[in-house]
Amino acid sequence: MKARVTVYPRREILDPQGKAIRGALARIGFAEVHEVRAGKSFELDLGVDDAQRAGDLLAAMCEKLLANTVVEDYEIELLEVRNA
Amino acid sequence: MRCGVVVFPGSNCDHDVYHVLKHVLDQEVLFLWHEEPTLKGCDLVVLPGGWSYGDYLRGGALAALSPAMTAVRQHAERGGLVLGICNGFQVLTEAKLLPGALRRNRDLRFECRDVHLRVERDDLPFTRGYRAGQVIRMPIAHGEGNFEHFDAELDRLEAARQVVLRYVSPAGEPEERWNFNGSARGIAGVCNPAGNVLGLMPHPERAAEEVLGNTDGLALFEGLLRSSAARLAGARR
Repeated sequence: MKARVTVYPRREILDPQGKAIRGALARIGFAEVHEVRAGKSFELDLGVDDAQRAGDLLAAMCEKLLANTVVEDYEIELLEVRNA
Repeated sequence: MRCGVVVFPGSNCDHDVYHVLKHVLDQEVLFLWHEEPTLKGCDLVVLPGGWSYGDYLRGGALAALSPAMTAVRQHAERGGLVLGICNGFQVLTEAKLLPGALRRNRDLRFECRDVHLRVERDDLPFTRGYRAGQVIRMPIAHGEGNFEHFDAELDRLEAARQVVLRYVSPAGEPEERWNFNGSARGIAGVCNPAGNVLGLMPHPERAAEEVLGNTDGLALFEGLLRSSAARLAGARR
């Protein structure tokens, strides 16, 4: 099963990168953008078929390594689920 | 005192710390490769500055999982002294040996300059060479030193006196324009509740010799030597 994990700064925390990108977008004419949160994305290929187990494993990976939950939130998407 | 400097791939202030401990303070010093699971009997362990693992994922995140860190954790739990400088501070927060996290600097700039710091407490092995309230000067050189934590946790850290160093004006006042990386409450250094683990973004090892024009960092290392000597004397009694 394939999965995507997205990690981005917690909403309550100022995201200077996102703010700078929003400023740049406005300068090139995209004034419609109110906010940008800059994060990172991981694509994982897991040797696991069970969606529940994959979700549990990915949450553990996020808590232990992929995200620093002091300053970041994460989202998990399961792709190509076989027996969900 | 037997001192160990942990070397991760990408550490680059390891020799600076080694030099101060060995040649300025005449202590026994070992380099400890990060793959070694033992600290070889060191009393003080220093995690130096640099870019461990190229700062991949987050500064300090991968180094925090190396075998040496298991030994550092055990050392800390036994009350052993651990000092993390710059990237070493990031490693200690990622390893959860210290609270909080260090994010990209507020202005997205790498800050390389001298800063003024107020020593908030002088009853720790790391700060007994200073007076509480004393303002000292040290260099910083980092892109990710912006200390963050949940508001409630920041309140708890303050109440537990875990804030050890704060960015201040030359007169000793906390002011945002002297807080170059945007750290919450101007926090430059924190300790664990027991006070035997300290992390700080500024570089005391770069301010420890007359020839460099600044010796404000030397008292930090001297305080550790005095604490260690006092501890040994206590053990012999």
